[in-house]
Amino acid sequence: MAVKELVALEKCLGLNSGKYSSRAQGAGKIPVLQTNKGPSLVGLSTIASHLVKEAKKEELLGSTAEEKAIVQQWLEYRISYIDRASSKEDIRNVLNDLNHYLKDKVFVAGNTVTLADILIYYGLHPVITGLSVQEKETYINVSRWFSHIQNYPGIRQHLPSLVFIKNRIYASNH
Amino acid sequence: MKLFVGEGNPHGVKVLAAAALWAEHVHINRLQQEEKIVPFMSQPRLPALDLENGNYLFLSNAVCRYFYLSSGHDVCNLSNQWLEWEAVELQPALSAALYAHVVQGRKKEEVIASLSASLSHLDQSLAGKPSPYLVKDALTVADIVVWGSLYPLIEDASSLPEEMKLLKHWFQTVSQLEQCQKAVSFLMKDGGSSVFKPYLQKQPVPITPSGKPTCNEHEGEDMASLSEEDIQAAANAWAKGLTGAQKPKQRLHPILPVEGEKNVLITSALPYVNNVPHLGNIIGSVLSADVFARYCRLRNWNTLYICGTDEYGTATETKAMEEGLTPQQICDKYNAVHTAIYQWFDISFDFFGRTTTQHQTTIAQDIFHRLLKRDFLLTDTVEQLRCETCQRFLADRFVEGTCPFCNYEEARGDQCDKCGKLINAVELKKPQCKVCKKSPVKKSSKHLFLDLPKLEKRLEQWLEKSFSSGDWTSNARFITRSWIRDGLKPRCITRDLKWGTPVPLDGFRDKVFYVWFDAPIGYISITANYTDQWEKWWKSTQQVQLYHFMAKDNVPFHSVIFPSCLLGAEDNYTLVNHIIATEYLNYEDGKFSKSRGVGVFGDMAKDTGIPADIWRFYLLYVRPEGQDSAFSWSDLMLKNNSELLNNLGNFVNRAGMFVQKFFNGCVPEMELLSEDKRLLAQVAAELQQYNQHLEKVRIRDALRCILNISRHGNQYIQVNEPWKCIKGNQQEQKRAGTVTGVAVNMAALLSVMLHPYMPTVSGLIQEQLLMPQESKVLTTDFCCRLQSGHQIGNVSPLFQKLENDQIESLRKRFGGGQLNGDNTEPQVKTESKAPPCQEAPLKEAPKASGPERVKELMQEVEKQGNLVRELKGKKAEKSTIDTEVQKLLALKKELALAEGKSPDPPAQKGKKKK
Repeated sequence: MAVKELVALEKCLGLNSGKYSSRAQGAGKIPVLQTNKGPSLVGLSTIASHLVKEAKKEELLGSTAEEKAIVQQWLEYRISYIDRASSKEDIRNVLNDLNHYLKDKVFVAGNTVTLADILIYYGLHPVITGLSVQEKETYINVSRWFSHIQNYPGIRQHLPSLVFIKNRIYASNH
Repeated sequence: MKLFVGEGNPHGVKVLAAAALWAEHVHINRLQQEEKIVPFMSQPRLPALDLENGNYLFLSNAVCRYFYLSSGHDVCNLSNQWLEWEAVELQPALSAALYAHVVQGRKKEEVIASLSASLSHLDQSLAGKPSPYLVKDALTVADIVVWGSLYPLIEDASSLPEEMKLLKHWFQTVSQLEQCQKAVSFLMKDGGSSVFKPYLQKQPVPITPSGKPTCNEHEGEDMASLSEEDIQAAANAWAKGLTGAQKPKQRLHPILPVEGEKNVLITSALPYVNNVPHLGNIIGSVLSADVFARYCRLRNWNTLYICGTDEYGTATETKAMEEGLTPQQICDKYNAVHTAIYQWFDISFDFFGRTTTQHQTTIAQDIFHRLLKRDFLLTDTVEQLRCETCQRFLADRFVEGTCPFCNYEEARGDQCDKCGKLINAVELKKPQCKVCKKSPVKKSSKHLFLDLPKLEKRLEQWLEKSFSSGDWTSNARFITRSWIRDGLKPRCITRDLKWGTPVPLDGFRDKVFYVWFDAPIGYISITANYTDQWEKWWKSTQQVQLYHFMAKDNVPFHSVIFPSCLLGAEDNYTLVNHIIATEYLNYEDGKFSKSRGVGVFGDMAKDTGIPADIWRFYLLYVRPEGQDSAFSWSDLMLKNNSELLNNLGNFVNRAGMFVQKFFNGCVPEMELLSEDKRLLAQVAAELQQYNQHLEKVRIRDALRCILNISRHGNQYIQVNEPWKCIKGNQQEQKRAGTVTGVAVNMAALLSVMLHPYMPTVSGLIQEQLLMPQESKVLTTDFCCRLQSGHQIGNVSPLFQKLENDQIESLRKRFGGGQLNGDNTEPQVKTESKAPPCQEAPLKEAPKASGPERVKELMQEVEKQGNLVRELKGKKAEKSTIDTEVQKLLALKKELALAEGKSPDPPAQKGKKKK
């Protein structure tokens, strides 16, 4: 899963595909990248951040100290909250928090797209796929952001485009 | 920036250490307990860093990283990897271990042993390095983050396993840093790990990492469980089209029951003539009954819907005196008011009559004679108040006084408006004749009583049958049962009044029938006024299903007293099969009140500029079914804009537009794929629900089905994107045709289903789609009723958006508040003191001109606004613009006054401004 995602990210960044393997950790798997120089790198956000630097697109990691910290915070949120959400309630909590957070934002961090947008988009894709139209309307800010990111050039890759309805059709969600 | 740490929260250690090491200008706030600092997180999350520009950091590693970065350091790949490892691997294991030790009291060595995998990973990573640190040869954020996590549990390097020498050395080195020691003593106060107990106890039990759940796996949406058979059946029904469906029947008067067919007689509670009905009255009876009547007609059942004004009684006499008219004149006046209101709301009575007719007298007296003959009437003397000045007994509303229960000073003779209790007029304290204000005397008067105890058994037997076979709403059953349970008492059926049906019995000739005996007979007499064959409905052996619609306060009269009279008359009268009673509709947060001018009354609805169908829709949407509900302006706006405009209207309009734009107004060929068939099945399921609900008179629920269908339709269009397909290759164009064809057929179906609720909109859709007469029929299945090749007409939007400003000004206008509050006082006074004949103009004036003036001013404002825009557009001279702007501002001010505050704004001023 995570490896597939990193391959998509490589394509999105215009990099050649690297050598990946997975290491078991608990019941999950952690991706490992074999780098040409130095030791291998372990972990989704570590590898993703490394790929961005390789592609010379550091702006995707944020430009100021503050933005960098925010980007990394949301990468951690992705791997330790979104990926670990197991029950419907966990998922609801994640969507609720994100929906609230994105209320006044176009991107997760700063005013441009960052790695945080990309990895949260990848991580949420299966969640959003499973939402009903009504739920999508409930998490309207997440939906707006998601729809925006999936249409951002290069990001979506192999993932199917999800449908959002522009008009609100449920009255109870206001 | 502000750093918030929680008392006894172990995550505070690392952020405090990082702050001391690298941060400048950070203000540390210590919170006694977990508080919500990060506005977008639903749960409190500490530690948190408020960056004071709207951004927050709420994960402790991110806080540490930020401090580290802001001191000019960079975070390398390896540091990233440690931070990620800490978050994903170490932290979950540590939380569980700390919890086990501190809260569950497990031994420290034991829980540290459970961390051995993580600890030896650390130990091994430190091997072969020249420096004692995790990354490179200096202290980095990685050391602080990992150390900070471990510290609350480990505290002392000696707790670490003996063999992990490097780890122990590293731990000791970091612990000895001055900043780290400070952080520790700040948070732990040398109290050991037990300081974390109160915090940890409030946390959910951590899941041990081994039980780490899988991620990103979600069950599919619980879509309505449609079986393959359902889908196939829906496809078959679709293909069959309207062949075999019944043809719409014409309404030919007089409508009479037909042997062997379903015959439905519908009544709605007769509105009392002396008042203008408010929205609650309208939804409670006439509108609800109208929806059902229209539905019955759609089903081709023989349906007769009758209603009329209830005109006899003390209230009419009082009102007549107030307005200086005769009771008959009052009835004529208000009957016309009622008729106009119901016409505007598009209530489809087959006949709207009144109770002051010869038939009423004949039938009521006949029932009375029969009851008398069968010995179901008793005579008794009653103590009553009599005004010697006016020479008459003071029934009910002719007397006012102090309520014996709550001491309210203006209680009426029959009921107290304040506490709502029923009052026997003689129990009033300090009674006063309402006309001459003198105190009345107690006198006894002879009256006739209906012997309900004697009829009780018969009634119960019949009720049992009706309850089991009919659709009584649960409140109707409940109220009726509680009446029977409390035991029935004889009830007085005569009154010392003049305005009523005369009692045809010597000794009682100066009396009339009490309204509750008289009024329900109105249903029969009104039918008699509609057709001389009324007995076919009311005394027939034919199967007639009788439905009474009302608000719950009317239930006992329809379920106990009226049936008792009819049973006692032994004349084969049709008895009620179904009582459909609503709860109450409130207005915003309170009650409708005519005297306080709160709420929208029937005659004002049309002045709002909101079409009748929108009113109907909203009232039915919030119909108090099962529990009280409330009318709310903002909700009305919301429902209009979301349900009608965005959902229903949008779908119907798009479906029609696609046909018009892409297929020259001609319904295209349809070739159904499996997903189309699935949709057909979904629509069919909703349609089935709709029919089931309406057969049981669950009006509000059935309306939801309509909205669900258009929701399905919107999704269908959105997913299939016919506007894109139409530009594609031949196959895609075909697809666009199918989707459009199915959608426009859904719109056609919706138009029929909508008819009971919004007859005008329904007609509009049918007109736009040029639906042939025979297709305007309600089917049990969703079938193709607009075949390919059918030509549709011009499509235009069905609904208009309601704007906030508009709704706000309406809310102010009908909110009671100061405007009406100020008016109430003088009105009440004039009512009591001034001669009656001056009453009418006084009462009417403010109500009629108030809204008009507002409307006038609104137009003025709009006009002036346009003028200003025009001038600005033309770049006119500044001084010219300024004068016009001043005028506009003055007008707006005046409008605000007229809408909200001033009781009497100068009326002429607005006109001069032209």
